[in-house]
Amino acid sequence: MNRVVIDKDRCKACKLCINVCQRKLLELADELNAKGYHPIAIHAVEKCTACGLCAIMCPEASIEVFKEIKVKKTA
Amino acid sequence: MAEEQVIFKRPAALTEKYFHYCPGCTHGIAHRLIAEIVDEMGIQEKIVGVSPVGCSVLAYNYFDFDFQEAAHGRAPAVATGMRRTLPEDRYIFTYQGDGDLASIGMAEIVHAANRGEKITVVFINNAIYGMTGGQMAPTTLPGMRTTTSPYGRDTTLCGHPIRMCELLNTLVEPRFIARGSLSQAKHIIKAKKLLRQAFELQHEGFTFVELLSTCPTGWGLTPENSLLWLERNMMPFFPLQVFREPGTMPETAKKYAPDLKVKDDKKES
Amino acid sequence: MAQERLLMKGTEAIAEAAIRAGCNFFFGYPITPQNEIPEYMSRRMPQVGGLYLQAESEVSAINMLYGAGGSGVRVMTSSSSPGVALMSEGFSYIIGSELPVVVVNIMRGGPGLGDIAPSQGDYAQMTKGFGHGDKHAIVLAPSTVQEAVDMMALAFDLADEYRNPVVLIGDGLIGQMMEPVVFPATAPKQFDKSWAATGHKGKDRKIIHSLYLEPEELERHVLKLFRKFDAMEAKEQRHEMFMADDDPPIMICAYGTTARIAKTAMRELRKKGIKVGLFRPITAWPFPNVALEAIVDKTRSFLCIEMNMGQMIDDVRMVVRGRRPVSFYGRTGGVVPTVEEIVKKVIEHNATLGA
Repeated sequence: MNRVVIDKDRCKACKLCINVCQRKLLELADELNAKGYHPIAIHAVEKCTACGLCAIMCPEASIEVFKEIKVKKTA
Repeated sequence: MAEEQVIFKRPAALTEKYFHYCPGCTHGIAHRLIAEIVDEMGIQEKIVGVSPVGCSVLAYNYFDFDFQEAAHGRAPAVATGMRRTLPEDRYIFTYQGDGDLASIGMAEIVHAANRGEKITVVFINNAIYGMTGGQMAPTTLPGMRTTTSPYGRDTTLCGHPIRMCELLNTLVEPRFIARGSLSQAKHIIKAKKLLRQAFELQHEGFTFVELLSTCPTGWGLTPENSLLWLERNMMPFFPLQVFREPGTMPETAKKYAPDLKVKDDKKES
Repeated sequence: MAQERLLMKGTEAIAEAAIRAGCNFFFGYPITPQNEIPEYMSRRMPQVGGLYLQAESEVSAINMLYGAGGSGVRVMTSSSSPGVALMSEGFSYIIGSELPVVVVNIMRGGPGLGDIAPSQGDYAQMTKGFGHGDKHAIVLAPSTVQEAVDMMALAFDLADEYRNPVVLIGDGLIGQMMEPVVFPATAPKQFDKSWAATGHKGKDRKIIHSLYLEPEELERHVLKLFRKFDAMEAKEQRHEMFMADDDPPIMICAYGTTARIAKTAMRELRKKGIKVGLFRPITAWPFPNVALEAIVDKTRSFLCIEMNMGQMIDDVRMVVRGRRPVSFYGRTGGVVPTVEEIVKKVIEHNATLGA
């Protein structure tokens, strides 16, 4: 499964990542972070294609994206 | 166990310090792009930045390498002093906003470009003075309201916005002049390429990358609407373009280049 | 090795002395009456592997000094009064960021465009008003070309020692005068420059800056700077006493070119039987108040002579504090007081003292 790591306390809830996500997997969380913002959270991470657009858009460099590589058995 | 490919990781050339910028401000994107390039080029211990006066005055807190902080508009002069004294393999860049670079620092930027200082200038153009509270900038668009142009920029009173890339492109010396935008992912990817090209060409001459940026707070718009506003209003006025690359030179500059010198110097011999 | 004795113009001697003091970088902008310094530098620097770069303005020149100073090299500029005024902002940044640079001011007549004749009209600007904020810088005031030559090495050493800029003030006379000079044979002193921003990361990172947004933090920084300024006041006061061994009742206070003219006048006055001595500040800041204080009781009256309307006289009065009369004679607008004028003034002054 692909992974999206969000540094919640860096997030300022600008929502630029939410709009750029093709699959609409990001939303603001109910909880508050240390700065008093509702940080973004990812739901249904299994649908994430690890395109990385959210991280490219993020002005806080608070999103990291990792793509799972299916290791093919070679003969 | 499945292996993982890193699609995006926070660059090592950024410190752990949280940016102080407003939510949605594109300074953070520009910082990150520079840090990514520093990582990719492996020059963290060979680069010295120059921070301006403006919102990014504290830029040195966010980059994990040496910095000098310049007075308002003087970053190209400070960078000149560094370029002319530091070892040649060092990379030097200034990071300047539109008020800093295109208003109070106009003389410094034009002359640094004209001397062909081997530096990279990252010019953040968001058409407003952000730090001081949203006043009119030299790049404020005609009709655009700011706290010091409350009825919209009146061009009969204060002229038209200055296009820095186009202006600098009349000079002979610059090696690279380009304008990018931070308004959407595809432009950001392109902007990074421009920055990378500039840094790679830096030791050949003056390199300049303008990045169209937002100021949601100063503009009074949400971060998302700021991006739309930028594309609708700024882009027509400030076209995204590579103005100068090695081997290219507009007619206006070509007329005086290359190596046109006086036919004989004035001394009688 | 015998030291060579060269006949040189003041401005060119200053430039050559700077290069011999290990200054390989000069940034400047033309302004009369000091153009021989950048002209000399533009000829000489390429010969010694150094750099002369003409800036687009004095504003840029001082900021180039900032960048070069922050890179850890010996660097200087020279200018004249209005040009130096333009450098005020950058000079303050240089102090705030603790950078060692040297600025030479060959003063001319003011205010405004004024004229290009010799003047001491920037005494107050250089000692009190050069830049904004809480700050000081050592100001050296040579009165001969040889002294100016000797002071260039001193200026760079003091700048490096305190990591604070040093100013050398002269006037058109010192600048244009041809005098035999001997250059010091000593090699430039070496200083630790590990603080310079030359390329580091992590905990070794070097940030050259003067911004401290938290008031308490800025206060701590300024207090730290003032510990240096206090040390300068304690250790760097320099002065000369001339014909003062017999406790003359009249002490002339003068510096630079004026002190030199005063010395000639004093020799004539002594021939006329008038006992007069000279107190010559060599550092305009820190003002040599300890030495002046020591002669207040022995002196009946002080006469300040300057090529301005009276600027150093404030420093003299602050030391004398009303215990003795302090009077003034000066010419301004670029007019140089003559020996005869000074002789006449002292004779008049002497007459007012009574028996």
